[in-house]
Amino acid sequence: MTEENILVIEKKGKVGIITLNRPDKLNAFNDELTFRLQDALKELEKDKEVRAIVITGSGRGFCAGQDLQSRSISQEVGERPSLGDSIRRRYNPIIAKLRRMEKPIIAAVNGVAAGAGASLAFACDYRIAGESVSFIQSFTKVGLVPDSGSTFLLPRLIGVTKAFELMLSAEKLPAAEALKLNLINKVCPDTDVMKEAMELADKLAAGPTKAFALTKRAINRAIFPDLEELLEYEANLQEIAGRSDDFAEGVKAFVEKRTPAYSGK
Amino acid sequence: MTEATYKNILVDQDGAIGIVTLNRPKVLNALSHELMDELVAALEIFDRDDKIRVIILTGSERAFAAGADIGEMSDETTISIMQKDRFATWAKVAKIKKPIIAAVSGYALGGGCELMMSCDIIIASESAQIGQPEINIGVIPGAGGTQRLTRVVGKHKAMEMILTGRPMNAQEAFHYGLVVKVVPVELYLDEAKSLAREIAKKSPVALKMAKEAVLKTFDTSISEGLEFERKNFYMLFSSEDQKEGMKAFLEKRQPTFSGR
Repeated sequence: MTEENILVIEKKGKVGIITLNRPDKLNAFNDELTFRLQDALKELEKDKEVRAIVITGSGRGFCAGQDLQSRSISQEVGERPSLGDSIRRRYNPIIAKLRRMEKPIIAAVNGVAAGAGASLAFACDYRIAGESVSFIQSFTKVGLVPDSGSTFLLPRLIGVTKAFELMLSAEKLPAAEALKLNLINKVCPDTDVMKEAMELADKLAAGPTKAFALTKRAINRAIFPDLEELLEYEANLQEIAGRSDDFAEGVKAFVEKRTPAYSGK
Repeated sequence: MTEATYKNILVDQDGAIGIVTLNRPKVLNALSHELMDELVAALEIFDRDDKIRVIILTGSERAFAAGADIGEMSDETTISIMQKDRFATWAKVAKIKKPIIAAVSGYALGGGCELMMSCDIIIASESAQIGQPEINIGVIPGAGGTQRLTRVVGKHKAMEMILTGRPMNAQEAFHYGLVVKVVPVELYLDEAKSLAREIAKKSPVALKMAKEAVLKTFDTSISEGLEFERKNFYMLFSSEDQKEGMKAFLEKRQPTFSGR
């Protein structure tokens, strides 16, 4: 697989489709993929023919979040990386764009959505998930804070009680339970995810796009008026977490495939 | 200069409102020498026109004005730029006596920000990006930025903006009192017009006196300013509009101001 096709943009009728395409890594984000996703969103935003967007992953996963083995993170581990800067440059522009985009966006969650991959789905307008899919707030597992909007997207979507529990436990939330929590719109057989998402997208793309856009703007104003400020705050908190001993231990244990021994510092 | 000869601006009238639209879309309304000459000419014509009571200055949805025309300036020397004294033209914008409302969307950067601040009231769209990025190209604001921005947002915020060149968004600009209202991008011109219509109902003589007195704040002491204000207040008692305004108030009806 070459670096060029780690993200694929297609157009079917009035629908723009973005496919994260690092299937061997469950479409985990490396630097390149985050920047490519930023560009793809800008491109589809400008394209007047595109009136609805579907985001999905290729292979078994939707998106496994930050690739902990990607160069940027693993190289920096020894010297305690600036995670805050990384989030500001890479993830926050994606989340802000998904929320500000004046077209409906559907996450076709075909496989696991973990960490920033889950945040990506949370920032979309619709979530359709395959029955075997699970959502994981995996950040605290390696000593980090949920980021890419998770700390406010998730509590505002499902309430703080369950959101906090999911964040601290870092346990899998299966699609069926996610549906019960109103976190997702629909569960379908794994093989039907894209079909269902495209049916919905075609319907939305034929709708009154301006009215949809204004509705999204009103909901953003009501539910996420402080979006940019909170993303910035999260980046600050992740910067702090990134300097902790626990994060260093968390990544080390992950790479060495063992249980981390956290000191609480 | 007549309207027909304008190449860089559009001029329109809506009742008692005069509207000047900066119109160099290809360069995001970069403020060339020629554009500024046309702008000042148009503003001065509106200022003399008795039918016009309020002026709106606006650009496009993408840009109010993204800055001065850098291409025009890059080869200047100290002597040549002083001899041309291009900012002398800019100073004439601040001499207009009628209220000017800036309707700002997209970029209002550098000269665009300075031009905006030469106006009396600023309405912004949610997409507005306002700043003084001159530091990024090795110069400083030259048409009032260091003085006007500082007086509005305070020393420390002005320093941050001018020393980093970072722009502020519409919400921040609202927070710092630089713009009076932020509205969705589709509505910023309507909002400016509705504000202009409200102001256009007032006495034009009183509007001029009020604008002059408020602007006096910026280059005088409080005691001189208070004296200036009082004189303007007393002077209005020789106007027909003062008689009409107070009479209408006592008779519990709407006044009709003649401008005399």
